[in-house]
Amino acid sequence: MQKFFEFINQLDRRIIFIFVALAIILPLLFPLNIKFTVTEPVRGFYEAIDKVPNGSKVLFACDFEPGSLPELYPMTYAALEQMLKKDLKIIALSLWPAGPPLVEKALTDMAQNEFKRKYGVDYVNLGFKEGREVVMVSMGSSIPNTFPQDYRGTKVSQIPIMQGVNNFKDVKLIVNISAGYPGTKEWVQQVQARYNIGLVSGCTAVSAPEYYPYYQSKQLLGLLGGMKGAAEYEILVNRIGLGRRGMDAQSMAHVIIFLFILLGNLAYFSLKKKGT
Amino acid sequence: MNNRKISLVILISAIWLTLCSQILLAQEAAPPTGTKFDYHWFDTNRLNVFITLAIVFSAILWFIARAKKGKSLFIRRIAGLDAIEEAVGRATEMGKSVLYIPGIHDMNDIQTVASMIILGNVAKTIARYDIPLIVPIRQPFVVPVAEEAVRQGYLSAGRPDAFMKDNIRFISDEQFAYAAAVNGIMLRERPAANLLLGSFYAESLLLAETGASTGAIQVAGTANIHQLPFFVVACDYTLIGEELFAASAYLSREPKLLGSLKGSDLAKALIVLAIIIGTILETIGVKWFTKLFVVQ
Amino acid sequence: MRKEVPLIITFLAGAFFIADYFIPHTGFSDLAAKINGWAIIVLAASYILGVLNILRINYGRVAKREKDWILKLILVLCMFFMLGAGIFGGITEGTLFDWFFVNTFTPMQATMFALLAFYIASAAFRAFRVRTVQAALLAITAVLVMIGRVPIGETIWKSFPDFTEWIMNVPQLAGKRAILIGAALGAIATGLKVITGLERTYMGQD
Repeated sequence: MQKFFEFINQLDRRIIFIFVALAIILPLLFPLNIKFTVTEPVRGFYEAIDKVPNGSKVLFACDFEPGSLPELYPMTYAALEQMLKKDLKIIALSLWPAGPPLVEKALTDMAQNEFKRKYGVDYVNLGFKEGREVVMVSMGSSIPNTFPQDYRGTKVSQIPIMQGVNNFKDVKLIVNISAGYPGTKEWVQQVQARYNIGLVSGCTAVSAPEYYPYYQSKQLLGLLGGMKGAAEYEILVNRIGLGRRGMDAQSMAHVIIFLFILLGNLAYFSLKKKGT
Repeated sequence: MNNRKISLVILISAIWLTLCSQILLAQEAAPPTGTKFDYHWFDTNRLNVFITLAIVFSAILWFIARAKKGKSLFIRRIAGLDAIEEAVGRATEMGKSVLYIPGIHDMNDIQTVASMIILGNVAKTIARYDIPLIVPIRQPFVVPVAEEAVRQGYLSAGRPDAFMKDNIRFISDEQFAYAAAVNGIMLRERPAANLLLGSFYAESLLLAETGASTGAIQVAGTANIHQLPFFVVACDYTLIGEELFAASAYLSREPKLLGSLKGSDLAKALIVLAIIIGTILETIGVKWFTKLFVVQ
Repeated sequence: MRKEVPLIITFLAGAFFIADYFIPHTGFSDLAAKINGWAIIVLAASYILGVLNILRINYGRVAKREKDWILKLILVLCMFFMLGAGIFGGITEGTLFDWFFVNTFTPMQATMFALLAFYIASAAFRAFRVRTVQAALLAITAVLVMIGRVPIGETIWKSFPDFTEWIMNVPQLAGKRAILIGAALGAIATGLKVITGLERTYMGQD
């Protein structure tokens, strides 16, 4: 036993990596279908979109890049499904340089292929603009001046969905999917606080705790935290997506980490008792 | 009044007149269709923010003025900042470099500004020991600022010849490309000390964990609360939130900078008082006090 | 003047944008929007600085055939290749730039992010040793939140998610707000020192 604890105490981190990899891969191959319920912040996200009158215009700010794709794409697709089911007109943009192709793909998959919506009439991808929160503030004065053309190079003045859209007052809600900076925090500080417009956020699990104060103060009407948030949201939207499928893997990975922490402490106390 | 002062007054007046004329011209212009032209010069909904800011500013400036008069000010020991000197000392003993990572944000983030201030002080210390200081940078705008801060640090230490411009390296503005490259520097160049001070996001643990695996002494600091747990578990010392901003005063011990810390502390005491009063009044059902703090 | 001009610009810009928060006047807001436009242009132009820095650092090393010079050459060539592909071929779907974006950049970025799962595991294993009472509190809370925030927690105990929500909403948030208030005051103080020119180390001035 002493030898085992010494081995655990000096454990090569690559062994931990192998166990974590197995804990993620195996449940994806052999699903366990563990049940779970929906938490309040996720319900808030769903209800905020649900309350927007059918056919209204919403701003869909997708502030992420390929790095956070596995975590944020499930909620992006689920949010698009809810918005398209309500026939909301989607004005998408990204403040991350590598974001627009990802937004374009999601819009093509959902709006064009699944819901047969028309580009320019029912949805538009405004693309990327350098400037981070400065762009947000600038949009408060004029969205067409900030984004004079869309991702495909068409002048915004020639796009039907953009007619009558001048600033944030002309959209009913901002749906933000955020991987970091610029993202939810900046949308709250620069836009929600200044223009008093409804804002919901879907973000990576690691940044969700930072946004909890905004949810509590009602500056965020709803919050999806990481893949778990996406999975809960998929239940509400009635969609079986990557979020729900990833929950078993995430559960197992957390259990493995817990077991390693437990083993590490057992080894620590055992060796401490023996004075090693 | 000498020529320099006259030039300054002319410059300030010119900029001010330009701004005023722009505002007046804009006033004449017709507002865009469908929007209402706002003629108000003060947003009364934000009076509470204005008063709070005025109190905080006054407290800071008052303490700075006091400090300038020579009043001695006590500042508590901050282990993380003391550790920077220790880390540089260890790097010197080992004859290895120090890696300074100033976060991933641009100069418009106050944390990056604070980080550049610390970088200047760190460069001054390092210059005395004659070891390389490597600064990998994610935002191109930060490159010239970091160069200037390090150059000035070496200059202040009387070692301008030891300053190596090529060690201030722009890597990539892509977050994970940057993280991969910095991890590469840690593994190839094996710095004896890693200083991670500034604004960090998902790359924080990737950097700190790789640094820990190389055996480097690590001092981290950020005001991005959600990344603090990662630094706490993977680094030897962590500067939490305000400690990052206190660094310049702490390291330089300049009275006027120490004064600003005292001002912040007074403001903090007032906030604590307001929280206590607010909690008591809310508990007994009195609502007006908390309403004073609602921001429109 | 070399010292004063940057300080004046900093002061005016800082004071102007503080004023912008309190002044709803449309003329003033429009001016702020215009200045923000300048800021966007300056930020975008700063990428030239980045490219120049990469060229300066890597050119010398390639020319002198220093260690790993071939990797540095690949870096510079790749940079110009993608720059050329984007400028001359466009960046929309179906272009060469897009192909490389989807097939190289996207999986590499996702790989780096995915590494976090493994690093979190090894960092948690190493750090969560119950050496003191504070360390015990940290480790126990971490484990509770970790298990409670995934579906298996709910299977173990039905109210586990509510319990972890409470941990997140009450003790966690209380600590976080305390740090936030301190950090915000520190940021205000640093901002004020920079605007008033008391702090100028970042400009390379003592």
